[in-house]
Amino acid sequence: MIEEIGTTEQGDLIINVGPQHPATHGVLHLVITLNGETIKKIEPHLGYIHRSIEKMCESLTYRQFIYTTSRMDYLSSHINNHGCALLVEKGLQIEVPPRAQVIRILMDELTRIASHILWWGAMAMDLGAMTPYFHAFRERELINDIMEETCGARLTMNYQVPGGVMADIHPNFQRRVKDIIKQLYKKLPEYDELVTGNTIFKARTQGIGYLSKEDAISYGVTGPSARASGVSCDIRKLYPYEGYEKLNFQEVMHTGCDTYSRYLVRMIEIRESISILEQLVDNIPEGDYQAKTKAVLKLPKGEFYTRVETARGELGVYVVSEGGTTPYRIKFRSPGFSNLCALDHMTRGQKIGDMVAIMGSLDLVIPDIDR
Amino acid sequence: MWSLSKITDIIHSWLTETFNPTWTLIIEMVIVGVGVIGLFAVLGLILVIMERKVSAYMQIRLGPNRVGPKGMMQSMADTVKLLVKEGMTPDGADKFLFNFAPFIAMIVAMLLMAPIAFAKDFQIWDINIGVLYITAISSLNVIAILMAGWSSNNKYSLLGAMRSGAQIVSYELSAGLAILVIVVLTGSLQISDIVAAQANGWWIFKGWLPAWIAFLIFMIAVTAETNRAPFDLSEAESELTGGFHTEYSGMKFALFFLAEYINVFIVCGIGATLFLGGWMPFHIGNWEGFNHVMDYIPSSIWFFGKTFFLIFVIMWFRWTFPRLRIDQLLNLEWKYLLPIGMVNILLVTVIAILKWHF
Amino acid sequence: MFLKEYISDVAGALKSLFIGMKRTGYYFTHHKEIITEQYPDNRATLVLPERFRGEVVMTHNENNEHRCTGCTACELACPNGTIKIVTKFDINAEGKKKKAVDKFVYHLELCTMCNLCIQACPTDAIKMAQTFEHSVYDRSLLTKVLNKPDSKLQEGVE
Repeated sequence: MIEEIGTTEQGDLIINVGPQHPATHGVLHLVITLNGETIKKIEPHLGYIHRSIEKMCESLTYRQFIYTTSRMDYLSSHINNHGCALLVEKGLQIEVPPRAQVIRILMDELTRIASHILWWGAMAMDLGAMTPYFHAFRERELINDIMEETCGARLTMNYQVPGGVMADIHPNFQRRVKDIIKQLYKKLPEYDELVTGNTIFKARTQGIGYLSKEDAISYGVTGPSARASGVSCDIRKLYPYEGYEKLNFQEVMHTGCDTYSRYLVRMIEIRESISILEQLVDNIPEGDYQAKTKAVLKLPKGEFYTRVETARGELGVYVVSEGGTTPYRIKFRSPGFSNLCALDHMTRGQKIGDMVAIMGSLDLVIPDIDR
Repeated sequence: MWSLSKITDIIHSWLTETFNPTWTLIIEMVIVGVGVIGLFAVLGLILVIMERKVSAYMQIRLGPNRVGPKGMMQSMADTVKLLVKEGMTPDGADKFLFNFAPFIAMIVAMLLMAPIAFAKDFQIWDINIGVLYITAISSLNVIAILMAGWSSNNKYSLLGAMRSGAQIVSYELSAGLAILVIVVLTGSLQISDIVAAQANGWWIFKGWLPAWIAFLIFMIAVTAETNRAPFDLSEAESELTGGFHTEYSGMKFALFFLAEYINVFIVCGIGATLFLGGWMPFHIGNWEGFNHVMDYIPSSIWFFGKTFFLIFVIMWFRWTFPRLRIDQLLNLEWKYLLPIGMVNILLVTVIAILKWHF
Repeated sequence: MFLKEYISDVAGALKSLFIGMKRTGYYFTHHKEIITEQYPDNRATLVLPERFRGEVVMTHNENNEHRCTGCTACELACPNGTIKIVTKFDINAEGKKKKAVDKFVYHLELCTMCNLCIQACPTDAIKMAQTFEHSVYDRSLLTKVLNKPDSKLQEGVE
């Protein structure tokens, strides 16, 4: 229908951005109503990469369903797995050994850094600068190498199991984490030189995509995107899990509410994650990396909910158990979906070029939206 | 000493001896035509591989490295690929305009070759209004882009073409003002006069501040005029997928691609001619020995060296900066470049009248 | 006053652009920073970490004996139905029937390398190999039988 008409009754142009479009980083379909270059309305159409992960999880046991969540938000797959493992541990009252907890936090923060670095490159690429993308991959590769060495895979790690982690850390792990910290301290100023201070980048992002605190809360925006609007929503601080409460780090907040402050929040978050790594990398306690669990896990009858802070925001895992080996119903509250909802509100009245910048600053991962 | 002008002289004298003047002219025209097309092909190949290598090294990559030595034949392979690809015309497109637009882009680029001085006494047509001719012809480029964008029957193409129209029309003003600075300093529109006036020093050195400002404005304006990043709004691959050439494929796309690179070459050649002395060698005051060594380098090497340096600078822009937004692009032109250019022209007029320049 | 602001604006903008160009210029001139791996050429030197999960293989010792008892723990642990174990009944020395693995069928095309089967195996019969070049022209080549022909269960593995 839309393709046939092409314009509305008011003479506005309707263009379909996606499902195959360089700006959408995946198969997101946006139906944009344009007046000249000015956006009047954006209507996201979802479902192009829906794999019914939630339904699939209903037929998988509590050990098996964790791995599917790597495929939701593939850039923070570790943290997704962590959320699910936490839920099973919560349901079964499993005590996670301190060594496993520290390893989990280290892995989470490495994932977060890798995700933010990739986002930095992708954001710059959205705005037309290709070079940062390749520079971003240089550091990300190093983190992926660590993952490969310890977890056995680069992207979909599946390293978290109920009760701890799948294997102990690799002997090289601590040395390589220190290397990556050193490398990041050397290269992050270069990132600022290339993008942050650039006057064109500032002009493209400052004052664009305003999302007020009230709107951020009412749209359910979480993660760095909401913290840039002054909403305190860091799960690691508000509902600490896995010993985050013992760590010394800041919840990065900004009150700029625009695309540039969302950018800054993430850039500072990289540095905060590095400081967490620094605190923990030399203080991994000795002990087991995995608690003793039964071969067959059965969650007691009832409802369970856990949340973790992924690189994009709050991931909620909600499970209804009937007491069997598989969940009766499972629901993921994915951060990308709520963040996408605010897109229409933020882009109204902006130019089509801004839409790309705003979408880039929301850090959308499409499989996370569709699941 | 070997030079291009000697070769042309030999050919010309041989032709005049053998044929009558009419035939001489016709044969010379054919030779020039073939020469320009050949230069196009060679330049296209060189510039594409140059851009890919420059971008690769800036992006800490190796770039093409499989076809030929160090990947230098990659653009050859790409050309073959583009030649054998199907040139699709979308359903619903204005077929005539759609197929005609790439040729307009090429014709404009070819016409622009005429007044450029490639070497000493080596020029296709030393027209007395050379600079004016260049400014006039280069603005025709927008017609090809608008034609392609409109006839594609694609909204992305249309948006890209409209952006391009606004952009090229406005940036021509500051490019023109920057060129005017040199015209005021030289007192002539003829390319050969402009080059000859720089025998004792290039305008960028002789012209003081106004020439520097004009050079900067010129570089920014021509980057915009040739639709290169950070002003590649008409293509803007992250917003409009491919802009005005979204629907083009095969050789028709290749013609647009080639025209873009040729345009870059031409504007850089003009920049080199106006500001960096064209084929004039680099001289320093009274250093006779040094000047003599510089004179020994062929003039064509000087011209191409300067041009390729400017092309490198434009590529450097492209692989460093993010893209501007359409309103910021026009802001930059109307609020910054144009006023600065106008003040600059006043300044240079005063300097020229008072003879403050060398 | 306005003019001063205007000029400092322009100068600041130009400076930020030059800083960026300096950075890319640095990388343009410093070729030792290049990080490209020329993959098919560096096969000989490419070392994958020992934990890398490429595909499931069954370990056999020099007497062509494996450690798989056919307990189907891996089959149950697999989330995708990648593993199918076909069992048979061997008659051992004492004349008793004993369950043993006939075919350990492994569908590489279904496998997501989640490592759950290796975790579940009680006898360490299977492990992850570091191969990763799995492309074949025929899909049926991806269905593999992991136990070698005529291989037997290793003595003492229950």
